[in-house]
Amino acid sequence: MKRIAGLFLAALVLVSLASAQALLINGAGATFPNPIYSKWFDEYHKINANIQINYLSVGSGAGIKQVTDGTVDFGATDGPMNDEQLKAFQDKHGFGILHFPTVLGAVVPTYNIPGVTVALNFTPEALAGIFLGKITKWNDPAIAGANKGVNLPGNDIVVVHRSDGSGTSYCWTDYLSKVSEEWKDKVGKGTSVNWPVGLGGKGNEGVTGQVKNAPNSIGYVELIYAASNNIPYGSVKNSSGSFIKADLASVSAAAAAVAKTMPDDFRVSITNPPGKSAYPIATFTWLLIPEKFSDGAKRDAMKGFLKWMLADGQNYAEQLQYAKLPKEVVAKEEKALGKIQ
Amino acid sequence: MSPRLRWRKFVSGFMLTMTGVCALVAVSVLFFILGYLVYHGGTSINWNFFTKLPTPVGENGGGMANAIVGSAKLLLLASLLGVPIGFLGAIYLAEFSGSKVAFVVRYAADLLNGVPSIVIGIFAYSLVVLPFKHFSTLAGGFALGLMMIPITLRSTEEFLLAVPRALREAAMALGASKWKTIATVIVPAAYRGILTAVLLAFARVAGETAPLLFTAFGNRFWSPGWNQPTASLPVMIFTYAVAPYDDWHRQAWAAGLVLLGLILVINIVARAILARGIAVPRA
Amino acid sequence: MAATTTVPSAGPIPGSRSFLSRLREGDEIARLITFLFAASVVLVTVLLIFELWQESVLPRHKFGLHFFFTRVWDPIAEQFGALPFIYGTLITATVSLVIAVPLGIGAAIFLAELAPARLSDALEFFIDLLAAVPSVIYGLLGVFIVVPVMRDYVQPALKSTLGFLPLFAGPAYGIGFLTAGIVLAIMVIPYIISVSREVLMSVPRDQREAALGLGSTRWESTWKVVVPFARAGIMGSIFLALARALGETMAVTMVIGNTPTISASLFSPGYSIAAVIANEFTEATGALYTQALIELGLVLFLLTFLLNGVARLLLVFTTQRGGGTAHA
Repeated sequence: MKRIAGLFLAALVLVSLASAQALLINGAGATFPNPIYSKWFDEYHKINANIQINYLSVGSGAGIKQVTDGTVDFGATDGPMNDEQLKAFQDKHGFGILHFPTVLGAVVPTYNIPGVTVALNFTPEALAGIFLGKITKWNDPAIAGANKGVNLPGNDIVVVHRSDGSGTSYCWTDYLSKVSEEWKDKVGKGTSVNWPVGLGGKGNEGVTGQVKNAPNSIGYVELIYAASNNIPYGSVKNSSGSFIKADLASVSAAAAAVAKTMPDDFRVSITNPPGKSAYPIATFTWLLIPEKFSDGAKRDAMKGFLKWMLADGQNYAEQLQYAKLPKEVVAKEEKALGKIQ
Repeated sequence: MSPRLRWRKFVSGFMLTMTGVCALVAVSVLFFILGYLVYHGGTSINWNFFTKLPTPVGENGGGMANAIVGSAKLLLLASLLGVPIGFLGAIYLAEFSGSKVAFVVRYAADLLNGVPSIVIGIFAYSLVVLPFKHFSTLAGGFALGLMMIPITLRSTEEFLLAVPRALREAAMALGASKWKTIATVIVPAAYRGILTAVLLAFARVAGETAPLLFTAFGNRFWSPGWNQPTASLPVMIFTYAVAPYDDWHRQAWAAGLVLLGLILVINIVARAILARGIAVPRA
Repeated sequence: MAATTTVPSAGPIPGSRSFLSRLREGDEIARLITFLFAASVVLVTVLLIFELWQESVLPRHKFGLHFFFTRVWDPIAEQFGALPFIYGTLITATVSLVIAVPLGIGAAIFLAELAPARLSDALEFFIDLLAAVPSVIYGLLGVFIVVPVMRDYVQPALKSTLGFLPLFAGPAYGIGFLTAGIVLAIMVIPYIISVSREVLMSVPRDQREAALGLGSTRWESTWKVVVPFARAGIMGSIFLALARALGETMAVTMVIGNTPTISASLFSPGYSIAAVIANEFTEATGALYTQALIELGLVLFLLTFLLNGVARLLLVFTTQRGGGTAHA
């Protein structure tokens, strides 16, 4: 008994020592870019064996909160921090926090309707109506009108939204606020809002899981979550009146509109952009990097990663259904790297 | 036999059968849980599960080696905190304290035992995570250790009190001091009971998830040292179960089987130790 | 835990030596060291309560008692009301008791009154194991077994037979109050059985024999004599189960739907206090939001504290009356 305990202890110590050589950087935040972040950090660890970047997808809200509390080294979000949150960070630490866009993604309406496998068309009115709880059946004229020839059942719609604070929710509600006055007044935009109807799922993972499991459901997730789980997702009518399905081209088109006018702090919304071929519910996703690191090794590792991410890292984006950053934005970010001290 | 009596007999037989059915349902739930976990977990478990790190999201394969080690480290810390406090505190209660102090300590322990595990998590977050600026194995171990204290304390005390008085008197009559009596006579006499108490407390916290969510947090890699976030089996089960990936579901079942296996084995061992042991009253 | 019943022949002997000799022999040191450990238990508990109280000062001042009666939980507008969470917690706990109490007490009666001692002990062993299954495993089974079964079979069946009741109205999501209540019921049944069995077994033999001697059937002696005698203790077991159901986190989080709604329908998704803390605590930005969650933690703590207290009183009351040594 004692010998087993001893061996066990020794093994633990060994494991701790063996891995103590590596520099561990902790980050937490958005679930939206988690597929590519986990791929990046995995690949980057392969190139730089002594650097481990531990990223946990706990939601954008948690990313903002934890980086502000100082419990993680960096955060990640897909709804930019608002002025109040920036000020809170500044007040607490005495220096600011920087937004670095990493890739672009699309938030898609994804659904699970038995017997319906085609991509449905959604008008902004239909989406707002469903999430406000005013459209409750799948064969409601507001949905059926845009989907002639699809046999929609008369079943109750099961709405699925995020239960945690989420940049995906931010993007989704930001879009709904722009297209629906009623949404803007009643609910508003934010990482966590007071949802009028529906079930809550934790993270993009949770919402996808919920939609996959519940017949007649609709949720909103980052494109890769719908694509990699083979759940159908719909086209959305954009500001020019055409129904656009989210893909690399249509997301890039949305980004192109703002690439030249990107503000210096990179905080920008690209929902409901002009442009015939632009997908209306897309967003940049950001890493939140404090301006100052007390640990020089961590700072250098972080900067090294960001440089790699802006160059080689971008090549991983498209296989995971994210759009690459526009060239202008990459150039601008490389300059901004100098602000990290 | 009057119809009235026949009716009463019928009611009696029927109701008694129903109580049997109730017992059957309750027990069969256990076998169902076990069976389902063994079936699903058993077909999902493989060598990689024990040796590999998790893969990037959506890619198949990988395992939970880091979570297994993480759980082991957390439980080690929890035991280091919970067992000494519970054990020595119980000695104080059983052997030294006056009734008023004992009442206060017992009351506090019962209170602590009743605190919902999620609230323990809040406490550990503000007491350990915020000041250290780190989610860490330390914080998780602290939270689990807190939960072990009252369980260890109260049952150890009972087993100490159950040691026959004659044993104490004999030792003291031989001139042994009180602490010598405790160390050489009383504790050895209650040894099996105490071991059982510790094992049961250990098994109880081994499956706790809620207090780890914002203390140990999680880690995709090995967690070096004690001051870094760490993966743990229960949190991995939760994360993987609510995610959409089939391969993650598979691993959640495997992790469930490993965790439940560990807990049930400890429980059975603990009870076996007690059953074979000294004649301790069941109360 | 049990009321400690000190048998006269067990337990420590009051000290009688002089202070100096005790000091020399190390008794005082041992006493001091063990005292420090015992005191740390009290310290930690006090600190925990203090921390919960201290860290929830903002919402307590801002919302006062309205906190408990407001149904809006809107982090953007900084409006926090606990009503949907309290409602969800109470409803799921109630559902779980409605299912678990008859089943649990029935099984306890069988184990205590009917089953041969051997079988009773063996089954009790399995039931104790069931009590040791961690909550996240119940959640796992809940997500993959209970939810689909509820959605595809149970809820449609309830809807077609009892759908006229508001309790069983609305779409069948599978997840929601009812499912959470059922999963909780499975979790608390072992507690009810275990404690009730002990209490029933502590009822003196002569009570039963007298009833049987007067011509009662076996069921009548059980139901009209033994059970009433053990009533307070059985109530105690129910309160213990209730306290456990209220504080349960993981399994509920996984199946309740995580939406702060108040709805008469048991099919509706909802939220519980413990679940909202688990989901939102790491991400609550701003002091008021975080502290509102901590205040919820405080409410949960007080609720379970109250119920545990009542349970213990009831158990002590019965065991003293029965004169036996029941185990809580």
